Amino acid sequence: MSRGARLKRDTAIGARDAEPSVTPVTVSRWSVTASAFTGLCLAAVVVLAAIPFVIGGPAEQPLITLLTFIAMASLWNLLAGFSGLTSFGQQAYIGIGAYGLYLVAEHGINPFGGIVLAAITAAVVALPVSALVLRLSGGYFAVATLVVAATLQIVASLSESVGGTTGVSVPGLAGYGDVLREALTYWATLVVAVASVAGVYLLVRRTFGLDARAVSSDPVAAASSGVRVRRIRLLAYLVAAGGAGAVGALIALQTLYVEPTSVFNIQYSVYMLFMVLIGGMGTIEGPIIGALVLFALQETLSAYGAWYLVIVGGLAVVVTLLASRGLWGFISERFGWSLLPVGYRVRQPPSAKR
Amino acid sequence: MAGTLLEVAGLDVFYGDFQALFGVSMSVRSGCATALVGANGAGKTTLLRTIAGAQPPASGSVRYDGSDITAAPPHRRVSRGIALVPEGRKLFASLTVEENIQVGAAAAASDAWPLERIYGAFPLIAKRRKQRASTLSGGEQQAVAIARALAAAPTLLLLDEISLGLAPLVVEGLYETLAGLRSAGATLVIVEQDLRRAMDACDDLVCLLEGRVALAAPVAGVSRDQVVAAYFGEVRS
Amino acid sequence: MNWVNAVIQGMLLGGQYALIACGLSLTFGVMRIVNLAHGDLAVCGAYLGLVLSSGLGVPVWVTLPLLLPAAFVVGMGLQVLLFGRALRHGVLAPVLVTFGLSIMIENLLQVAATSDPRGLNGGALTLASFHVSSGITVSWLFLTGFLTACAVLSGLQLLLTHTSWGRKVRATADDLDTARLVGIRVRPVFATVAGIAIATAALAGVFIGTIGTFDPLTGTDTLIFAFEAVVIGGIGSLWGTLAGGVGLGITQVVVGEVNQAYAVLAVNLLFLAVLTVRPGGLFASHQPAGEVLG
Repeated sequence: MSRGARLKRDTAIGARDAEPSVTPVTVSRWSVTASAFTGLCLAAVVVLAAIPFVIGGPAEQPLITLLTFIAMASLWNLLAGFSGLTSFGQQAYIGIGAYGLYLVAEHGINPFGGIVLAAITAAVVALPVSALVLRLSGGYFAVATLVVAATLQIVASLSESVGGTTGVSVPGLAGYGDVLREALTYWATLVVAVASVAGVYLLVRRTFGLDARAVSSDPVAAASSGVRVRRIRLLAYLVAAGGAGAVGALIALQTLYVEPTSVFNIQYSVYMLFMVLIGGMGTIEGPIIGALVLFALQETLSAYGAWYLVIVGGLAVVVTLLASRGLWGFISERFGWSLLPVGYRVRQPPSAKR
Repeated sequence: MAGTLLEVAGLDVFYGDFQALFGVSMSVRSGCATALVGANGAGKTTLLRTIAGAQPPASGSVRYDGSDITAAPPHRRVSRGIALVPEGRKLFASLTVEENIQVGAAAAASDAWPLERIYGAFPLIAKRRKQRASTLSGGEQQAVAIARALAAAPTLLLLDEISLGLAPLVVEGLYETLAGLRSAGATLVIVEQDLRRAMDACDDLVCLLEGRVALAAPVAGVSRDQVVAAYFGEVRS
Repeated sequence: MNWVNAVIQGMLLGGQYALIACGLSLTFGVMRIVNLAHGDLAVCGAYLGLVLSSGLGVPVWVTLPLLLPAAFVVGMGLQVLLFGRALRHGVLAPVLVTFGLSIMIENLLQVAATSDPRGLNGGALTLASFHVSSGITVSWLFLTGFLTACAVLSGLQLLLTHTSWGRKVRATADDLDTARLVGIRVRPVFATVAGIAIATAALAGVFIGTIGTFDPLTGTDTLIFAFEAVVIGGIGSLWGTLAGGVGLGITQVVVGEVNQAYAVLAVNLLFLAVLTVRPGGLFASHQPAGEVLG
């Protein structure tokens, strides 16, 4: 089936005279709002990049957390929201990324450059894993990814060369002063976050288009329509793994210590699930909103220890059952907004009546 | 004069955004066989499923034996006497022939059709009662599907494309059984691709075209040509 | 080292895994839900057993007539309130809801019971063992656990094949849509199946708690073992689940004899190996050609 049938901006279709019951419609992929918002985003990124110069330390810490959340959420959304893959094992790649960064630093390579290497390592590991787990779907896929992550955690804790259960500290950063190190970490996090959101956005818009959503909602029907189901899922899985690897490297840079139970912690999956659910699965804007919500919750509730997670879990359940489109889904339906559109909008001319 | 057992009025049925039935109305006379014909995708299966309760209509009503059952769930309709033999047979693959029939009696309207009586009507499948349903031939499976519906002791039996994929001789046999049921007083609605067979076996005929009723009349009152015209939409109303 | 003893111990341990796994297998087979909170619900059973047995001052076995019906009711409640509703929200919803539930349970247990490891009072059964021959010692507890698992699996199998309820369950598992059409009331079927699944989980939790220790986070490991047993044995087969569990148990104990640290890793690798080579399970009659729909 030809994939060349791409609709250009604002294509008018249906203007045939023979069938008077077909009203001409306009199909568009962009809008004025989207242009405005993209401009806004670019401006925001510039502002964020300037923070270390303007405010410095106190603003960087919380922003690093928030930006890491945004990256994690966007990537998980690529898997679950756009490809129907509910992975609860992304922490496997976060862990690989973290250990990857440690190894890179150990060998004297610049740790910040090491982020890219860590991401690549994670994606490389994801390749054989995908051969196993992508045969499954739904709940079986979810638990299989859990097992993979648990296995990697055990392997790490048994490997004395990376510190076993105690873990290792990340070398190679003593040369930077504290202020510079923090600023560099901050910028690195900003880059990863922007790359994640932009990357997922472009991937879904260009390469996946409607295909991924078709795969997500009905793989069998999608496959019978010629959509390369396997290819899409594989691409999504590898990209998400690479991204998680980058996040893991960032975490290692932040905490300067890599230890199995923290970098392979299922907590990360809990957060990803929550952010994407609350924000809105299958939209680009959703995960960002979800990240903001989680950040706010964490700031206010983390003093309450385990109760915080009870609330997070409970909200996830409630949102799935009562508001499955998430905050952004609700808003965009209610007001018809789409700031970062990935789909196709059909607009009828005002004179047409149903 | 036979009374009306089933009456559907103004049914609109949607699958998501796709509308399958547009204001469909029809009546089924008690004790008669009604043929439901139409091209693929005309809405015949949708209509039967809506009558059986598997598909809730967006608007319209279904009245059975004098009461409104539009909101009734499938099991309630079965216990009131409506049973559907679904398109494609849809037997429970891991159950034996006998278990399939027993399960059909889950919400039976009465015990008018115990196992022995069913095996009497379908002696060929009686021999295979302990076999898994998936191991039977097409014709045998169709017989089991009808038997399963009979186990619910229905007053109204809905049959969806029972001749699909079966040899003519086998189909003959099935229709003989149906004729027997009719003479015993059952009311039938039969979806059938074969127009000749449908008109031979039935008293009334309803033809659907793209989700609308194109023709509804007693078989005796229409010619085959008229039915074909309605079938292919050569007559626009 | 004594291989024969290790294999026997592993086999008996495997019974435990089969017991925890059969509920998971049931909920998936009938409702197409992988209950990610299954392990945590088993641990809840252990905690409930702890509360009851220490409250009443008796070994935990005495509390079972209270515990199991309570677990059954909880299972039905969860189905009606959560899982059933999740099913109506699409394919991903049950996965998300059960995961969310799992998080809630683990952290509620953390709040209520702290993260201290606990053990259950198994009475005289915990300590007694007997010698089969020199070198082979079988603990009564392990043996009871294994026999209980076999009894539960047999009982379930009988219920499924010889009762009207069982026919309805199997029909619903085969084809939900047609089951509704022929007049089966699907909601009560789901509710009872869920009740049984959680009751077996609670029973398994009691054994887990008696044989070893448990804490709020034990549920995740338990889920993984249960899941692995189901996949190794073959989705949809109760006896396959026993075989899967036994396979896991033997691997774990035998490898553990050589090096304890590698035991769990070996089990996971076995699971991944089966997934690679025979994704339908070792005892399935056929292997799925394409994707295993979960």
